[in-house]
Amino acid sequence: MHIMEGFLPPAHALGWAAVSIPFLAWGLRSMARDLQAHPERRMLLGVASAFAFLLSALKLPSVTGSCSHPTGVGLGALLFGPAAMVPVGFVVLLFQALLLAHGGLTTLGANVFSMAIVGPFVSYGVFRAIAALGLSRAAAVFTAACIGDLATYLTTSAQLAWAFPDPVGGISASFVKFAGIFALTQLPIAISEGLLTVLVVNAMARFNAHELRTLPVMAHVKGNAA
Amino acid sequence: MKARTGLIWTAIILLTVLPLWFAAVPPAEPGSEAPAAFSGADSRAQQAIGAIAPDYKPWFAPLFEPPSGEIASLLFALQAAMGAGVIGFWLGMSVARERRCAPPAPKQEAHAD
Repeated sequence: MHIMEGFLPPAHALGWAAVSIPFLAWGLRSMARDLQAHPERRMLLGVASAFAFLLSALKLPSVTGSCSHPTGVGLGALLFGPAAMVPVGFVVLLFQALLLAHGGLTTLGANVFSMAIVGPFVSYGVFRAIAALGLSRAAAVFTAACIGDLATYLTTSAQLAWAFPDPVGGISASFVKFAGIFALTQLPIAISEGLLTVLVVNAMARFNAHELRTLPVMAHVKGNAA
Repeated sequence: MKARTGLIWTAIILLTVLPLWFAAVPPAEPGSEAPAAFSGADSRAQQAIGAIAPDYKPWFAPLFEPPSGEIASLLFALQAAMGAGVIGFWLGMSVARERRCAPPAPKQEAHAD
């Protein structure tokens, strides 16, 4: 669930856009360079993008009695590095802002920052950390996708708290309130996203073992053949 | 491997279905009526903003809004279908490739798990 159209004051909207644009440019460049060097990765990149498209269209019910959707960008971040997922997340968010009145053009910068930048980078970091601990690939993939998803919605909560501090408790009280709405709702959905990501990576390991082995990220995981 | 895949699918389905029974009806924000059950988290946030900053007016409206809930679901379904289509193509292609390349000797079924 993204920040709604018009619900960030103009200064915030512009600021987040200014932060997100360099990441978008970096992501496009790194993606183009990667595909030029390894054209055989096109298929897996397509699958990772399709996964983000599919998952962010599914609004799932949650324990808080409201609905939210997973982001699906963790998978691509694990495979191709976090920067590659910035353009993918941007396209998904643009599609939803233009056609679905979900999210918005004025809040696009803030939403790209939470879903296409913080989510993938956190996923990637968690994945590297867990792989370094020597845990299994499934454990690393699950935790990375799950925590990345939660990080996205904690960021959304922080962005709204910054824009709308509570008149009494300030930003922190406001953050608790928005996190109660977004992050709490997201808990079971983030777990589902982690599990789905494990399923897709398992399928890739089976059908695209060769391509998967050549991805620099996966080289960090022990027992990649399993 | 196969049993674990089934287990993971079961967990995903349970995580999605169980909240429908066990979720509590959300409390009403002061100053607004109780939100509908299973509305979007973003409309819930919108109400929270209304409670924190009652004077805030959204300064930009979506350029295009789906004319009804049905049209909105159509577009969401379309988005999901595009993603699922690509993933289905990849899985189908992979299974076919595995069958063709697999040595014919051991009689083993190729299943996408």
